[in-house]
Amino acid sequence: MTIHAKGITVALFATCINDVMFPGTPKAVVQVLERLGCRVEFPLDQTCCGQMFTNTGYFDAAVPNVRNYVKAFTGYDYVVGPSGSCVGAVRHQHPMLAEHARDAGLGRAVDEVVARTYDLSEFLVDVLGVTDVGAYFPHRVTYHPTCHSVRVAKVGDRPYRLLQAVKGIDLVDLPAADQCCGFGGTFSVKNPDVSVAMASDKARHVMETGAEYLVTGDNACLMNIGGILHRENSGVKTIHLAEILAHTEGGDR
Amino acid sequence: MTAQAQRRTPAPPPGTYLGMPKFQKNAKEQLANEQLRKNLRHATGTIRAKRAARVEEVPEWEELRLAGEAIKNRTLRHLDTYLVQLEDSLQKAGAKVHWARDAAEANRIVVGLVQAKGVDEVVKVKSMATQEIELNEALEEAGIAAWETDLAELIVQLGHDRPSHILVPAIHRNRSEVREIFLREMKQYGTPAPEDITDDPAELAGAARRHLREKFLRAKVAISGANFAIAETGTLVVVESEGNGRMCLTLPDTLISVVGIEKVLPTFADLEVFMRLLPRSSTGERMNPYTSMWTGVTPGDGPQDVHVVLVDNGRTNALADPQGRPALRCIRCSACLNICPVYERVGGHAYGSVYPGPIGAVLNPQLRGIGHEIDQSLPYASSLCGACFEVCPVRIPIPDILVHLRKEVADHKRGKPKLEPTAMAAAGWVLADHKHFELAERVAGLAARALPNTTFLGPLPWPASAWTRARDLPMPPPESFRKWWRTNRGEEQQ
Ligand code: SF4
Repeated sequence: MTIHAKGITVALFATCINDVMFPGTPKAVVQVLERLGCRVEFPLDQTCCGQMFTNTGYFDAAVPNVRNYVKAFTGYDYVVGPSGSCVGAVRHQHPMLAEHARDAGLGRAVDEVVARTYDLSEFLVDVLGVTDVGAYFPHRVTYHPTCHSVRVAKVGDRPYRLLQAVKGIDLVDLPAADQCCGFGGTFSVKNPDVSVAMASDKARHVMETGAEYLVTGDNACLMNIGGILHRENSGVKTIHLAEILAHTEGGDR
Repeated sequence: MTAQAQRRTPAPPPGTYLGMPKFQKNAKEQLANEQLRKNLRHATGTIRAKRAARVEEVPEWEELRLAGEAIKNRTLRHLDTYLVQLEDSLQKAGAKVHWARDAAEANRIVVGLVQAKGVDEVVKVKSMATQEIELNEALEEAGIAAWETDLAELIVQLGHDRPSHILVPAIHRNRSEVREIFLREMKQYGTPAPEDITDDPAELAGAARRHLREKFLRAKVAISGANFAIAETGTLVVVESEGNGRMCLTLPDTLISVVGIEKVLPTFADLEVFMRLLPRSSTGERMNPYTSMWTGVTPGDGPQDVHVVLVDNGRTNALADPQGRPALRCIRCSACLNICPVYERVGGHAYGSVYPGPIGAVLNPQLRGIGHEIDQSLPYASSLCGACFEVCPVRIPIPDILVHLRKEVADHKRGKPKLEPTAMAAAGWVLADHKHFELAERVAGLAARALPNTTFLGPLPWPASAWTRARDLPMPPPESFRKWWRTNRGEEQQ
């Protein structure tokens, strides 16, 4: 690993669910980025990408989130979030919401900030040009490419390449990896039976791999699959990509 | 005599599509059917893999998709022009053209045409448009028997059932169920199945062939749909696999085709793109076995009395909505059904329409409006995973249209006292401003401190039970990231 990010300032987009439920993930992002020589800032104005509202049909409730995002992150060259889903929502839905609000000024501001918003894996691979971030994680791990990270944010195989470069890792393929875990935001509670059927199949595939850890780039999906894994006492732990990347030899996991 | 005994064809199940409860409820029932889930997993898995292999072979697949999208967009933008051109071309070629605003009008036209021929039965080519308008039942009410001749449609009809898939309407049945249906029902409506028939697919197909043969040879009138209608030439196109369509389209003297107005294509050359997209996307074949094309009447060859009924039935509603309009590009390949993780688990009957799966979830609320429970629930019948868009040969952004329709439904429900709008308004307040958000964070942190040794929550009462019935829920940690940052890093960042 070489340090080549000296002088780059990154605004961390923690995402609301990580902020409240999974603070370990944004902490891990800070650790990884600083290890690579970035300066990390956390604009305190930020809240949420608003996709829960958008995807449930409440566009008006989502618009303040768009304004807020613009307010928090305008002026930064790099906005980095540990979530393909939230980054995808910013990219794909914020322009549409600005149009819904009939606010051309907001639309222009959105275009500006959207162009500088990255999922963690994109920022590491494309901007910093690294896949080996100096991580060490001597465990059997399987990776689920979450739907929004692949199909909306389009992170491609970047997370996988980052994982492959982790020392000591035993990365095993997940069968039917491209199938949705059934989270889908409010889908998980509006269609709980279908959602659980999907999550159970995903959890079964995870257990079949014999992995100790299931990793994704989205904690919401992890919470869904993990909810089944925990209920069934599977012994499989869930972990965000950032937390594996943050772990180094001599670290405390 | 009871009404049942007077029927000419097997009765479908009781009830109507629009009277069906919301998707969630239907889905729950279907999920409980283990056999169904097994049949669907196997069938969709197989066809998915075939499609993927056939698409893989075409290096310019993405260009083809873009071309398909562009041709359909252009057609929809000038639909009025192309429809008038189509009418003109058809008439010049000797076909009679009828226009139908809705299902009732279309049915009235077709029933009238059949009655004018003085016959009491027709043979049918598999057609989604006629299923959509429920033509068979309209004919039945007029004392006319409509015989489905596609194998899977025959299974559905003889099984007193409804279709559950666009391409393979009996996908929910396995072969032993098919054998039972054939044994029990065929003898009541024509040539019986052999008593010693097994569930071997070849034997079942043989029984269907014999059962249908006498109907083909007897029929004076055939009814079809069309995959494409060429404005330039007045040519109709039917794409099929079994040859039953070819029989219907060539043997009877009268041919009536019921065609949705969005099926028009400007020129014959446009077909090239769709004939490459459709077979690979639908059956996973390089080319389907039978493609029939006819242009009005050819004297002395094939049907001499040719009618085309052009049906709107809600399509202009979708056309008028720029966000919903792309759904009209659909060529009914069913790739989106086969890839859909929701469809795979609940099957087609939960969607309350002949159009199930992702395309059904965006099409039905547009064609029928959102006045009924089932149509209000369909836009939510998706986890928005996006797999449907990836496989759609005409690049219909199904997830985006779903979200757009969710907004329509939410607007429709606004002002009604419901949990959801209230919860959304409350959450909207919390997330609109970081100060509100921090307050909520403190509440979450307090909850965590109240249950210090709990990391996961098990089953909880309603409404949280929707999550926790089968899934544990992690507890929020006592300290949010924001709080940690303020404590540890707040000083540095000025
Ligand atoms: S929406 Fe697309 S994938 Fe689905 S049936 Fe129509 S054309 Fe095929």
